[in-house]
Amino acid sequence: MGSYVLRRVLQMIPVFFGTTLLIFLMVYTLPGDPVAALFGEKAADPAVVASIKHKYYLDQPIWKQYLHYMGNLFQGDFGTSFTGRPVTDIMAGAFPVTIRLALLAFVFEMILGLVLGLVSGLRRGSVQDTLVLILTLLVISVPVFVLAYIAQTVFATNLGWVTPTVQNSYDLSQLMLPAIVLGSLSLAYVARLTRTSIGENLRADYMRTAVAKGLPRRTIISRHLLRNSLIPVVTFLGTDLGALMGGAIVTEGIFNVQGIGNVLYRAINQKEGPTVVGIVTVLVIVYLVASLLVDLLYAVLDPRIRYA
Amino acid sequence: MTTVIEKNQKSGRLEVGTPLLEVKDLHVEFHTRDGVAKAVNGVNYSVAAGETLAVLGESGSGKSVTAQTIMGILDMPPGKISQGQILFRGKDMLAMKEEERRQIRGQKIAMIFQDALSSLNPVMTVGAQLGEMFRVHRGASKKEAREKAIELMERVRIPAARQRVGDYPHQFSGGMRQRIMIAMALSMEPDLIIADEPTTALDVTVQAQVMDLLAELQAEYNMGLILITHDLGVVADVADKIAVMYAGRIVETAPVRDLYANPAHPYTKGLLRSIPRLDQKGQELYAIKGLPPNLLKVPAGCAFNPRCDVATDLCRTEIPALHQVTDKDGKELTGRRSACHLWKETLHG
Repeated sequence: MGSYVLRRVLQMIPVFFGTTLLIFLMVYTLPGDPVAALFGEKAADPAVVASIKHKYYLDQPIWKQYLHYMGNLFQGDFGTSFTGRPVTDIMAGAFPVTIRLALLAFVFEMILGLVLGLVSGLRRGSVQDTLVLILTLLVISVPVFVLAYIAQTVFATNLGWVTPTVQNSYDLSQLMLPAIVLGSLSLAYVARLTRTSIGENLRADYMRTAVAKGLPRRTIISRHLLRNSLIPVVTFLGTDLGALMGGAIVTEGIFNVQGIGNVLYRAINQKEGPTVVGIVTVLVIVYLVASLLVDLLYAVLDPRIRYA
Repeated sequence: MTTVIEKNQKSGRLEVGTPLLEVKDLHVEFHTRDGVAKAVNGVNYSVAAGETLAVLGESGSGKSVTAQTIMGILDMPPGKISQGQILFRGKDMLAMKEEERRQIRGQKIAMIFQDALSSLNPVMTVGAQLGEMFRVHRGASKKEAREKAIELMERVRIPAARQRVGDYPHQFSGGMRQRIMIAMALSMEPDLIIADEPTTALDVTVQAQVMDLLAELQAEYNMGLILITHDLGVVADVADKIAVMYAGRIVETAPVRDLYANPAHPYTKGLLRSIPRLDQKGQELYAIKGLPPNLLKVPAGCAFNPRCDVATDLCRTEIPALHQVTDKDGKELTGRRSACHLWKETLHG
C-alpha cells in the first residue's frame, strides 16, 4: 500500500509538468499581444510596452519564461497579473467561493442522487422508478445553462424566493440555487449509476444467502446490498468532486458567483496569462489529488483490490 | 409461534425420525416473455430428522427451484407458486406471514449453495458474516459473535481459525469457502439443511472432504438433510433415499441402495449407465439421447418419452402416475415409486 501511494505520487510529477507546460505554451503563444491589449484603443508608447514586457518576462524566449515561472511557482509565487495584483491574492479570494459552491453541489448530488437511485433500484418498473428515469434523462440531455435560466426564471422571477444572481458570493444560502444547478447533471448520473448497481447486486448470489440467513430486510439492504452497490458510485463521486471545482464556469457566470470559474473566464478573455496558468495549475493539482484519493478509497471499499 | 420441537432433553438434539418437512403437490411456474415455464409440477417429498434425501436431476429438472421455494428465496416474480403446501413440522410455510418465515430461515432451515465464492458477501470478512447470525438472531455482542465465528470455523476444521476470522472470502480456497458456508448453515443448529449442489464447484478430492464433513455434522446434530445434486457419485455414500426429478416431476423415489441396484424408471437407468466405469475402459460411454425438454413446451404424455428407448404410444399421450413399485411376487417395496407406465418391465425385465 505504502509503495503504491509513493508510486502514484511520483507519477503525478510528470503529469503535473506536462499539463502546466501545455497550458503555459497555449496561453503564451496564443496570437494577440496582451500588453497592447492593456492600452485598448490608445496608441501605446513603445518604451512603456517594452518596460512592461521586461517586467513580466515577456521579452524572453518562451522556454525561459516557463522555467522562470516554474521556479517562482515552487517558491509559492504564482506571479503577478497584468493589473499588478498577485495571482495568489486573486485565487485566495475566488477559491473559497468555488469550494463552497462545489461542496454544496456535491452534498446535494450525493444525498439526493443516492436516495433516488436506491428507491428506483429497489422498485424497478414502479412509478417512482419510471419518474426517476425520465427526470434524470431530461437533466442529462438539457445543457446546464438552460437549467440555470429555468431555475432563475422559476425561483427568482416567478416565485421570488431568491435574487436572480448572487449578491454575496460567500453567503451559503445564496449559493444554494447555483449549487443545485451545478450538481444536477451529476445527480442524474449518481441516481442512474446507483439504480443500475443496486439492480445488479439485488440479483447477486450473496443477497440470496443473506435472505436465506433469515436477516431482516433492513439489515440485508443496509449491510449487504448498499455497501456492495456503492463501490462504483463512490468512484464517480470522488472524481466528480474534482470536476465540480473546475467545471463551474457556466454556472458561476450565469449566477454571478465570484468564484474560480468567473475569474478564469475573465482572465481568458483579457489574455491574463499569469492568472489563467496559475488557476489551471491549482485545478490540475486538485484533480490529481482527488483521483489518488478515489483509488485509495476504492481499496478500502473493496477488499478484493489490493495494491502491490 | 413455531411448533414445539421434540428435542432430546439431554443433548438438545432432535430424535431421529421426527418428521420435519413435507412438500405436498408443489407447483411452481415462471412467467416469462415467451410464455409460462412450468418448473415444478406436483412434487411430493418428505424428510425426517437424521435422514438424508438426495434430489437428483439435470439442470432444469426443478430440483433447485423446489429447494428455493422451501427456503422462501424464490424470485417472485417471475416465479409463482401456483399450488401446493410445504409443511414444516406440520405447519404450512406457504401460508405463514413473512416475519414468521424469516424466523425459520437460517434458524430452523438453513441452506448451502453451490458457488461459495459468489454466495458470500465479497466486502465482509468471513468472521462478520458468520457472526452476523448470532448478532441478528441471538443478540450477541460484537465480541461474542467473533468468538462464536471462530468456534464455528474450528468446527468445520478450518486451520488457524483465530487468525483467519478477519479474512475475506476471496482469501480462502474453494473448499475452505464451502466449509464457511457449511459453518454458516450450522450456526443456529437448524433442524434441516438444504444443500444445493454443495460440491459441484469443487475439486474431486475436496468434494469428498466436504461431503464427509457434512455427513458427519448431520449425524452429530441429527439434522435432516436435503442434498440436491446431479452427481450420482456424490449421493451414493451419504443419502438414505433418493428422489429423481425430470422436467419438474419426481419420476422415481427409492432407498438409495435399491435405486442403484435396480432402477424402476428408464431415465434413472440411463443416468446410471452414463456413469463412467473403470471396467468399461475403451468402450464408448453411454449417453441418454436428446436434450432435457424446454419447460415452455414439455412433451405431451411422459416428459421423458422423446428420449426414452422403450416409449410406447401410451407414453406419448398419458402422463404416468407415480406408481407404488412391487416385487415380482406383487409385494410392495417400501419407499419405492416410479412414474413410468412400464415400471414393471423396467424393474423386472
